[in-house]
Amino acid sequence: MIIPRVPIQHRRLLPDRRLSGPTPWVIAILMMLTLLAAAAGVGLARSANAIGNAIAGRVTVQIVTANPVTRAEQAAALRRAATAQPFVLSARTVEQEELRATLGQWFGSAEGDDPLLKSLPLPALVDVDFVGGDRGAHMRALDALVAREAPGARIIPHAEWLGPVARLIRSLAWIAGAMVLLMAAASAAVVIMTARAALGTHFATIEMLHMIGATDRQITRLFQRRIAIDTAYGIALGSVVAAAILLLIGWQWSRVTAGLAATASLGPAGWALLLALPLLAIALAALTARQTLLAALKKIL
Amino acid sequence: MTDVSPARPGGAMVEFDGVGLRYGPDAEILSDISFNLQPGSFYFLTGASGAGKTSLLKMLYLAQRPSRGIVRLFGEDLVAMPRHRLPGFRRRIGVVFQDFRLIPHLSARDNIALPLRIAGVSEEDLSGPVGEMLSWIGLGDRADARPATLSGGEQQRVAIARAVIARPQLLVADEPTGNVDPDMAMRLLGLFEALNRLGTTVVVATHDIHLISRIENAQMMRLERGRLSDPTGALRYPPANKA
Repeated sequence: MIIPRVPIQHRRLLPDRRLSGPTPWVIAILMMLTLLAAAAGVGLARSANAIGNAIAGRVTVQIVTANPVTRAEQAAALRRAATAQPFVLSARTVEQEELRATLGQWFGSAEGDDPLLKSLPLPALVDVDFVGGDRGAHMRALDALVAREAPGARIIPHAEWLGPVARLIRSLAWIAGAMVLLMAAASAAVVIMTARAALGTHFATIEMLHMIGATDRQITRLFQRRIAIDTAYGIALGSVVAAAILLLIGWQWSRVTAGLAATASLGPAGWALLLALPLLAIALAALTARQTLLAALKKIL
Repeated sequence: MTDVSPARPGGAMVEFDGVGLRYGPDAEILSDISFNLQPGSFYFLTGASGAGKTSLLKMLYLAQRPSRGIVRLFGEDLVAMPRHRLPGFRRRIGVVFQDFRLIPHLSARDNIALPLRIAGVSEEDLSGPVGEMLSWIGLGDRADARPATLSGGEQQRVAIARAVIARPQLLVADEPTGNVDPDMAMRLLGLFEALNRLGTTVVVATHDIHLISRIENAQMMRLERGRLSDPTGALRYPPANKA
């Protein structure tokens, strides 16, 4: 039982006022930070996974043949040939307008209608997505295909340039997870200090209860219940504030649809974890209080 | 789960054999204490301040283990007894502390009811005895008063009521009449005597020589510089008997 049942007459053995002073507030702050770190960790991990899955099986073939007509023909031939291969999920030629629009952002012309930009010879690009399975074999087969349909073209695996980003995001997710564990440890330390302070404050009462035959279990249940309730208040407060912050961020995030940001979300499992964390925190607090109290009581005859 | 065996039939309720007690590395404050307390007897423990009375009582009510020697209570060796068995023994012992040790945020009624509640007696069953006890100690109309609002004598009476409410087999009292007027002292002593007649073994530490003379058949132990100079049964008090 996380919050043990104690007869109401026994509850009066401890004063009505809260035992732990600022503890609920400290726990509230730690809980809020824990939930935010956990949400960041889950979001980043999902983002890293999404990016990893997206880039693991995608390559872009860059055709740089000087003659623009030949270049376009090679790109079209490669796309057709690739689409027919069993190891290719899809193949798409990137339109020149799309390339100019992308480059236009660096040339100060979002529409890509800058005369200088228009004068630039742009390579032909073909995006190829592999089916699952042996990616190495797929790459070798694509190499052969490219050598036949577009000699001299360069194959660029997306993992080459997006891989470090995915690894960075994954590292951040691990750091967020470590922060959750550190804050759980800090919360446990706060509960231990609270339990010890409560024992010190009420030592005379505990000694008296011992002398009239109270067992360690009876005394521990009294204090465990009170500390669990006090920390539960803090956990509830911290959870409400964290939920408000997450909803606000989620609302703002929902307007971001471009690039890597679009891959970040919590998902059902993430939300379930965030909902479970406060309950786990209450259980951790109660168990920590119980073990601290039992250990302290064993030092008294 | 606590388990308490009954005292051996015909055996002593309390046996101290060669008991010594020291706190930390200091010299022993009690040395070579040996005595037996018989069931249903009444004992006074006397001695000058600092002679070790309170320390001896602490070992009697299981707040302290001896540094050496053998202590048997209700027929069981307490020196080697595991901690988890002690509460069961403590419930058979009533203690009146010199400084009362009432729980300050509890009413007089709740302080007195404490041993019964800890023992698991239902609220229904404990309300009668607690009410009677409050009336007997003259605090029936102050049942809901907190200790801080009671006089020293009233607190003393509540402390005594708490010690005897569960009808202990052994009652240990440290200066129980130190804060009450002579009339109340005699009433409280009368309560101890009544409990003693019902079979409770009573040990009272006191300086009050007149108190000792009031209990017929009481035996006296005297502590001098940590040693028991007048073991139970060896001498009788009051002094008038010696004349």
